[in-house]
Formats: sequence, structure tokens, C-alpha cells
Amino acid sequence: MEPKVNNWEFCKKPEIVVHETDLLLIGGGMAACGTAYEADRWATPEGLRITMVDKAATDRSGAVAMGLSAINTYLGENSPEDYVRYVRNDLMGITREDLTFDLGRVVDDSVHLFEDWGLPIWKKDEEGKRLDGAQAQREEMPSLRDGGNPVRSGRWQIMINGESYKVIVAEAAKLALENNRKATGVDQNHFERIFIVKLLMDQNDPKKVAGAVGFSVREHKIYIFKCKTALLGTGGCVNVFKTRATAEGQGRAWFPVWNSGSNYAMAAESGAEMTMMENRFVPARFKDGYGPVGAWFLLFKAKATNALGEDYCATNLEESRKLYGKYVDSLGTCMRNHMMMIDMKAGKGPIKIHTDVALQKLSETMSKKEIKHLEAEAWEDFLDMTIAQAGVWAANNMEPEKVPSELMPSEPYLLGSHAGCAGLWTSGPEDFGPDEYSWGYNRMTTVNGLFTAGDGVGASGHKFSSGSHAEGRICGKNMTSYCLDTKGEDVSFSEDHDELAKEIYMPMETFAKYSNYTTDPNINPHYIRPGMMQQRLQKVMDEYVGGVGTWYMTSKSMLEEGFKYLDMVKEDSLHMAAENLHELLRAWENFHRILAGEAHARHIHFREETRYPGYYYRGDFLAIDDENWKCFVNSTYDKETGEWNVFKREYHQLIP
Amino acid sequence: MPSYVITEKCDSCAGQDKTACMYICPHDLMALKEQVDPITKKVIVNPETNNPVMKAVNQEPVQCWECYSCVKICPQQAISIRCYADFAPLGGEVIPMLGSDSIMWTVKFRNGNIKRFKFPVRTVEAGSVDIFAGVGEAKADISRIKAPGLYTQHANGDPRTAITPA
Ligand SMILES: Cc1cc2nc3c(=O)[nH]c(=O)nc-3n(C[C@H](O)[C@H](O)[C@H](O)COP(=O)(O)OP(=O)(O)OC[C@H]3O[C@@H](n4cnc5c(N)ncnc54)[C@H](O)[C@@H]3O)c2cc1C
Ligand code: SF4
Ligand code: SF4
Repeated sequence: MEPKVNNWEFCKKPEIVVHETDLLLIGGGMAACGTAYEADRWATPEGLRITMVDKAATDRSGAVAMGLSAINTYLGENSPEDYVRYVRNDLMGITREDLTFDLGRVVDDSVHLFEDWGLPIWKKDEEGKRLDGAQAQREEMPSLRDGGNPVRSGRWQIMINGESYKVIVAEAAKLALENNRKATGVDQNHFERIFIVKLLMDQNDPKKVAGAVGFSVREHKIYIFKCKTALLGTGGCVNVFKTRATAEGQGRAWFPVWNSGSNYAMAAESGAEMTMMENRFVPARFKDGYGPVGAWFLLFKAKATNALGEDYCATNLEESRKLYGKYVDSLGTCMRNHMMMIDMKAGKGPIKIHTDVALQKLSETMSKKEIKHLEAEAWEDFLDMTIAQAGVWAANNMEPEKVPSELMPSEPYLLGSHAGCAGLWTSGPEDFGPDEYSWGYNRMTTVNGLFTAGDGVGASGHKFSSGSHAEGRICGKNMTSYCLDTKGEDVSFSEDHDELAKEIYMPMETFAKYSNYTTDPNINPHYIRPGMMQQRLQKVMDEYVGGVGTWYMTSKSMLEEGFKYLDMVKEDSLHMAAENLHELLRAWENFHRILAGEAHARHIHFREETRYPGYYYRGDFLAIDDENWKCFVNSTYDKETGEWNVFKREYHQLIP
Repeated sequence: MPSYVITEKCDSCAGQDKTACMYICPHDLMALKEQVDPITKKVIVNPETNNPVMKAVNQEPVQCWECYSCVKICPQQAISIRCYADFAPLGGEVIPMLGSDSIMWTVKFRNGNIKRFKFPVRTVEAGSVDIFAGVGEAKADISRIKAPGLYTQHANGDPRTAITPA
């Protein structure tokens, strides 16, 4: 096909807006909101400008848009050392222990702030009775900071009434931004509905960030941001694999369907080193609605079994030990998936979670009123964070106290904050950890001035909402420090503004130029529309990179076949056509998704073992191989040649 | 469960400062569109102004996360969710009513059963949060910028600030 060019012959050139700042926060989720809050404290008195850019409305953007019913990382009486042990255990023996420990010593502070700002946190009274956050407030129970007793659903998790969690966290971030805006005399420092497409590098130092460029999804405008330092806080990657749902339900991914791998793609293109991109998360969830299972297992003590009533984690233990040795006993999230899948593949399904038995057992010793309260708690778990599941129950006439529900492992997602660890290789704290893990500023990537947090940081999962916020705050402080240290240095990029606009609007020009060629603009030999592009990527990933279609199985030969198709997906992405700004958004999400997916496939190809059974399998190396692979797999991408350089980095155990 | 808009109820947020559902949807799904009569295929016009009637539409239902952000924010209660038809039977419905400090949920089952729940959503009134409360307005001690720990931890003397692994 002839290459596409954009000389503004068919589509109108958008206005170009240039905005200068010092700290640029890309994304407005938990991490970026944390960065805004903390940066305001350090940077504002120093006269540094902070700017936040979010593709959506920050009140309800990112993974917490719908709310959450638990804060999954609150240490309280636990030690950061134990937190490291738990994370290492769940992530099959490999984590950046310096980053994890460092997070453990700060994360509770963010939770205390959330409570100050009005997030209702469940409390336990002296008799062990559970009160919701509003009751606890009415009864004047002490706050967590003052020794209040949270309701623990597990050792690390606490229950909240989190419908407005994101609204509350965003409110604080917006106040901090407003404080900075007034102090620095800037007109605007919070931009919503702008999708950032790529980072811009310093013209004298290609390993240093100098800005970012994106476009408005509402007006025909290109936005060019110049900055001293930038945060990539754009979350994980969803919709890179074929979904289990077949039609309308495709939007019902467990992870937020709107996070499209921008964090990984923009970092890769800037030359930043990635780590553990082979890792993924395949949550076992309530079938179809993808309702969370955490509170059901931990708080309500529900059990899951196969159709014969067997606990698959007991019956499949010895068989699993053959390949996965000691890792079986730690029973991490992926191991549990693995044992569940053994039974599913053997036809012993459906796998069911016995909500009915659990609730009936709990109600045995309860008064009528208490049973009502328990029922409300059970429903709140979904209504606060996966409303779709409540809908699936209602549509199927299922009452959890009467009937069990089916469980199902979802399609894979790439993320670094939940029970997974894909992301960027970042510098650790300065006060401990080996030198090779620390090169200056805490949470700075290998690109100078470029920081990341939350889903963006690799090799340190299990941070969740609170940890992502706290990690964002670590960035806010360190970005300020970086700015102060580099005060005299000039940063600028050489990209021509018009060329950037042409590149971003290429899909608009393509549509305007060719859509009249056929009677149906969807089927046209000159281009592919973003929706179709996404389906193509998802199918390749599913079939060759271990999606649900192959029960998460892949191998060297399958991956190498897949690379051929991925290359053509990449080539064809340059022929995407966008009818309007909404579709332009979808086109750019796809550019990011494709690169994130490619990174994932390249890393899986490199790691010749099955480190995460239940998440994915290398059929040619089915076992765990600690001798050769108890290490990080890292990579860099060369955007000029399209080549990946994948290599090992040593894992250091810091906590016994 | 993609969102849908009840034609009669949507007033396109005329008179509001922004189109609420369009503003809030995290995935850019809600859009104001000209209404076309499904039977006659003609654009519906307002007889008084002669302008086409604009209403909100979920422009890409296959991408809807069913997060209910649009449902909760619509001032006309014009938006509902119909469970994803590729796996949910017809007839179930979940209806939120978001107030200033709590949310009321009505869950309607396919068989007509109804359950209602009410949960708190915040303990501090929206707009009244003071992010400087408790930790003083004092500016950060810039000499500690290289030290581990966060601003409020320093301000509150949190002992965890600088511990290293035991
Ligand atoms: C269903 C579900 C249940 C969960 N349960 C829990 C729980 O019980 N407890 C818990 O603590 N945690 C839970 N989590 C995890 C928690 O939500 C995440 O760990 C956390 O939100 C990650 O923060 P983040 O800032 O990295 O990403 P997000 O919060 O997802 O933020 C990403 C931000 O980037 C923006 N963005 C994306 N791309 C671009 C771009 N190109 N340009 C500009 N902006 C962009 C988005 O709009 C958004 O503002 C859950 C998550 C989900 C989805
Ligand atoms: S559906 Fe509701 S929020 Fe959306 S435009 Fe109509 S009235 Fe406004
Ligand atoms: S339910 Fe959520 S994703 Fe769906 S249209 Fe409404 S706001 Fe958008």
C-alpha cells in the first residue's frame, strides 16, 4: 500500500496550543493525583509550575472511576519487611524489594489523608462489630491515624465505602493544583480530555525528557507541553487480548477498558528501560460480570470448588508441585489460577464460589438486623466497584445467599499496581538497596527527568489504589528535587510543531481522503478503522501470545509465528482512519496498545520458563527454572529500527 | 450493560454549564447527536426553533465499562443501563441515586424481586475539604527534600519515615 501522508489537503489543520510548565503530570488517576498533592507542598514554595493532563474527567478517570470497596494496601500494625515478603511471595519470588519496602514505609500516610478528606472507612468496635464509615463517624470512633481499628478483610486489606473514592482523591489533587496555579500566576494547569500521544526528548540529550504532545478530544486542537520533568501516570493496558465477551460485553473488562497501555508505549518509544513486561494479570472473577472475589474469600470466608465439591487447591497440589516445586505451597494468585484451570480443562467445571454456604454460615449466630446488614455488605462489594456483577445477578435471578456463582479466569491485562508487575525500570530509594537499583531520583526511569508510578512501575506489584497514590507522591517530591537540581539547565526539543500536528491528525486526513471511495465507509481497501484494528490485534495476541483461546498457552514457535502478524498489524496501524475526534482517540489508543502488546510478546519470548503458571504458560518450558531465570527480564526499544533489545537484570534479595 | 438514554427525559443538559454525561464518561462514549426518527428516518426538529433536536447517545456501546458514572451524574435521570445482552438475560436492572453523603441502590431482578441498599459515600461535604488541615500550612522543610518520607509524614513525625530494612 502507498504510504499515507498528511499535507492538510482533505482535513482541516487544528489549532496548536503551547503550554510551558516545570512538572508535567500525564494522567489523572490515583498515582498522578498523589503526585499533584505532594508536589504542591514542595514545588509551590519554590515557584515551580505543576500541570496535570488527563484524557478524561479527573473526578472519574482511571481504574477507580466506579469506586472501590477496599483499600488493598494498608500496613497498620504490619512491618514493611513483612509487606515485602508477601509481595515477593505472590509474585513468584521476584520483586524489586527496595521499591516494595520503600512503598511500605509511606503507604499508610496516603490512607490517613483519604480519611481526612472524607473517605468512609469501616471500623470495628470493641466487641468486634463492624460499622460502616458513616456510622463510625457518628459514634466518634477514632480515625486510623489516631489508632482507630479498621475492618480487615485480609492481612493487608481494609474495607471502605468507596463509591466516591476517586472523586474525593481528585478533589484534593485539584485543590493542590489550584494552590499551585494561583501561586505561580498561571492561567490553567489542569487539562482534561487531552490524550497524550508521545513524549518529546531534549534536542541536546536524547536521554532526557523535554515535553509531551497530545490532542483534545473535544476541540480541534493539538497541545504541546514543554516541561523540565514529567510523570507517566497513565495506568495499565486493557483490550490488548481478545475478550471472553463476544459483543456488547466486550467493554466489561475487569481492568478499566480506557487504560490503553500509554504508559508502556510512550516509555518504550522514549527509550526508557522496561522490566517484567512478560508478566500479566489474569484475575479469576465472577463469570461474565467480573465481580471481585477478594472480600468473598477473605471477609465472608467463601470457598470455591469444582463440580464434584473438591477444593481444587488441595486436590491438585501434589501434581502441581512436580513443575513448580516450593512455589506451590506459597499459593500465590497465579498458582491458585493454575490449579483451578487443571480442573476446568479436565471437565470438572463449573468452578463455583459458594457464597450461599458462606453467608448462611455467618448468619447462624446473627440477629435479623445483623443478617440484613451482612446482605448489604455483600452487595456493596459489587455496587461500589463492579456494578455489572450486580446486574448479572439480577438478570439471572441469583441471590448470593441462596445460590453459588461461577468463577472464570479473565482475558489477560498488563499492569504494575495490582497482582502483576509489568512496567518500567525505575530508580529506587537512595538510603538502601544495591547501587545498580539506584541512579539518582526515586522512581525516575532510565530517561532523565521522566518518572512513573502506580501501574507504570515494574517489578513491584501489590501497591493497589493506596500504594499507587503514595508512589505518585514519592514522584512529586523527587520531581521537585530534580527540578531544583537542574535549575540552570535549558531543555528544548527540536520537533516542528506542524509536523507533530500532521502526525497526530494523519488518521483524520486518511478518512477525509478515502472514505468516499466506497459506499460503506467501514469497508474500504485504503484503510482500516480503529475498532477493527483493535480486533485484529486482540486476535493475534489471543492466538499466538497465550490468550483465553489457547488456555493462556504459547511457546517459542507460536510467538515467532505471531511476530510476523504483529509486524503487519504495526504496518497497518499507519493506515488507520478516523472519522472524528472520538475515533482519533481510538486510533491513538491502538498505537499504544500495539506497542505494549509487542513488548509483552517479546518478553515472554525471552523468558524460557513458566514463571507465572495460571497467568501464562510456555509450552516448551513448562516448569519454573530458578537456576536460570530467577532474575528480571528487561528491555529497551529502538523506535527508529523497531528492534527490541531484551536482557536479564539481577534480582537481589534484600529482606530475608 | 451498555448505557442507554431515555429519549423523553434527556434535555441535552440545556441550561447547565456542561453536558454532564459527556463530561464525565471516562471512555468518551456519550455524545450529543441529532435525533433521527427510527421509523421515518427523518431528522427530528424542534418546531419552535426549527433546529434539529439534540440528545445524548452512547456512541460506542461495545466499549462501555458499565461504570454508571453517566447514570449517577445525569440531572434528568435519563440514563439507565441494560445488562450486556451477550451474556445477561433481559429484565434485570440496577438503579443508583447518588446524594450528597450517600447512595441509594435499587436492584430489580428479572423475576420482579426488588432489593434496596443505602451506603455512605463521604464523611466530609464535597467542596469543604481542607487539604492543609492537620498538617499545618507551613511550607515543606526543603532541607529534607533528599530525605526519605513524605511531607505529611515529616510534619506529623511519623516514625516510619526513614526506617531501613531490619
Ligand atoms: C475492578 C477493579 C478493582 C480494584 N480493586 C481494588 C481494591 O479493592 N483495592 C485497591 O486498593 N485497589 C484496587 N484496584 C486497583 C487500583 O484501582 C489501581 O491500582 C490504581 O488505580 C492504579 O493507579 P494508576 O494511577 O496507576 O492508574 P489509574 O488510576 O487507572 O489512572 C490512569 C490515568 O491515566 C489517564 N490516561 C490514560 N492514558 C492517558 C493518555 N494517553 N493521556 C492522558 N491521560 C491518560 C486516565 O484517564 C487516568 O486518569 C482495583 C482496580 C480495578 C479496575
Ligand atoms: S442524558 Fe442526562 S446528562 Fe446526558 S445530556 Fe441528557 S440530560 Fe444531560
Ligand atoms: S456507564 Fe461508564 S463507560 Fe458506560 S457510557 Fe456511562 S460513563 Fe461511559
